[in-house]
Amino acid sequence: MIVQSIFFYLFSLIAIISAIMVTVSRNTVHSVFFLILDFVSISCLFIMGGAEFLGMIMLIVYVGAVAVLFLFVVMMLNVAQQENEWFQSKKGEKSSSSHIPVGFLISVIIFFELVIVIGGWKYKPEITNNLNLQLDIGITNTHSIGAVLYTEYIHLFQISGMILLVSMIGAIVLTYRKREGLKRQSYFNQISREKNSGVELVEVERDKGIKIDV
Amino acid sequence: MTTYFQTFFLETYKIFFLVLPVLTAVALIVWLDRRVWAFVQKRRGPNVVGPFGLFQSLADALKYIFKEIIIPATSNKIIFILAPIVTMTLALIAWAVIPFDEDLVLANINVGILYLFAVSSLGVYGIIMGGWASNSKYPFFGSIRSAAQMVSYEVSIGVIIINVLLCVGSLNLSDIVLAQKNIWFVVPLFPMFVIFFISALAETNRPPFDLPEAEAELVAGYQTEYSGMMYAMFWLGEYANILLMCAMGSILFLGGWLPPIDIYPLNEIPGYLWIITKILLLFVLFALVKAIVPRYRYDQLMKLGWKVFLPFSLFYVVLTSGFLLYFDLLPIK
Repeated sequence: MIVQSIFFYLFSLIAIISAIMVTVSRNTVHSVFFLILDFVSISCLFIMGGAEFLGMIMLIVYVGAVAVLFLFVVMMLNVAQQENEWFQSKKGEKSSSSHIPVGFLISVIIFFELVIVIGGWKYKPEITNNLNLQLDIGITNTHSIGAVLYTEYIHLFQISGMILLVSMIGAIVLTYRKREGLKRQSYFNQISREKNSGVELVEVERDKGIKIDV
Repeated sequence: MTTYFQTFFLETYKIFFLVLPVLTAVALIVWLDRRVWAFVQKRRGPNVVGPFGLFQSLADALKYIFKEIIIPATSNKIIFILAPIVTMTLALIAWAVIPFDEDLVLANINVGILYLFAVSSLGVYGIIMGGWASNSKYPFFGSIRSAAQMVSYEVSIGVIIINVLLCVGSLNLSDIVLAQKNIWFVVPLFPMFVIFFISALAETNRPPFDLPEAEAELVAGYQTEYSGMMYAMFWLGEYANILLMCAMGSILFLGGWLPPIDIYPLNEIPGYLWIITKILLLFVLFALVKAIVPRYRYDQLMKLGWKVFLPFSLFYVVLTSGFLLYFDLLPIK
């Protein structure tokens, strides 16, 4: 048990320190890297707790896809600009410290939600017991998650999928605009081009040249 | 306490005997790649150092070790140094779950295929970190390209894996191999095998999809600023990843350690020889593709990933599950 607890505290320590570093590091890209470290150590904690499916999904979805997109956006920002703007307020502009009350309010709300959830779970365990979920010890947790998710909660599961789909379509519709003068390649037109329409033999007058209109 | 130390030393011993062959194989595979490439182009390839030029990679490695490592003054030093280490580590840790025979596997975990998928999707970080930390235009372009490319092709690889898992009913790699006792999945899922192979090319940044390091446009892409041993680590990690993709392909579709037919002389050959043969076969295909196919344009690459492979493999998931359901062949009732 000693080794397990050593690793548990190691991963939790890394998770907490990197979570703090996400908020305090000056470079935005470093913040994203710390966020990735945080995700990885949390998935290690999941695996240690025996939830290997959740741990792996955490790695694939958050580290493998979401954080890459984060990084993608953050790297596009101007590096020199990021480092100054957030910590030194320019004249006449609102300084970043004006965001602090809002952030503080949100963190207080999240903290109380956590207190309520954990307190309820600790002192009223019967709340979680009335879900009628039978836990079968013999099967792997991938199997048991699937057995619950696709039977009991199939509607919730599909609704959440639809919400994601709608938000994706919304984002595409909001940002999509037709640009003028864009040259696109059409495979069909390319392949169906014939010699008659593509090539033309022209008599060119000397010293005059010829005007080609495309 | 002593049992902990015993386990620790036993596992270290096992890891040592896994990592050493993998690294040797990477050195030899680079030689094989260059030889195949040369033979297609009617050249000789590396044939001077050692018999048939077999020690060429070792000579190259020696050269890289003695070269100076140059760290650009304007780079972000910690991330710059971390990038090749990340690439190399991720390429090596994935081998922990690859089964070479019925019991010849370092970690026989329940979610083996998810682990492989997760590790291969983390591989993009080495490239992004290297490209960003170099603080230079070409590496940055290379890393941005590769981020988009790898994320896109991962999606289709994920859907292809779902196809295989529908036929297996387990995420364990040994179970996936054992499910192919009667027929290798390459036969019923042949279109998926082809798409997996092409996606693997894109995922490992191999030609014709080597746009992150397209030398005609981007010098060497994300590796431009790297030199000496750090460059060699990128290069080793890249080839270890290619081998890993070949191993994944042979486990998912070519029956892993199983012989083609279960008859006398074939089933006496030990399983690890079969899987090594299959990995080599796939690798020669990788090398041939490098030699004979011209590079894609970037928008064509994206179009292929999102508009061709993704819809087709999604359609195949519906087809596979419908077939299994209709003929009552689902592995888990």
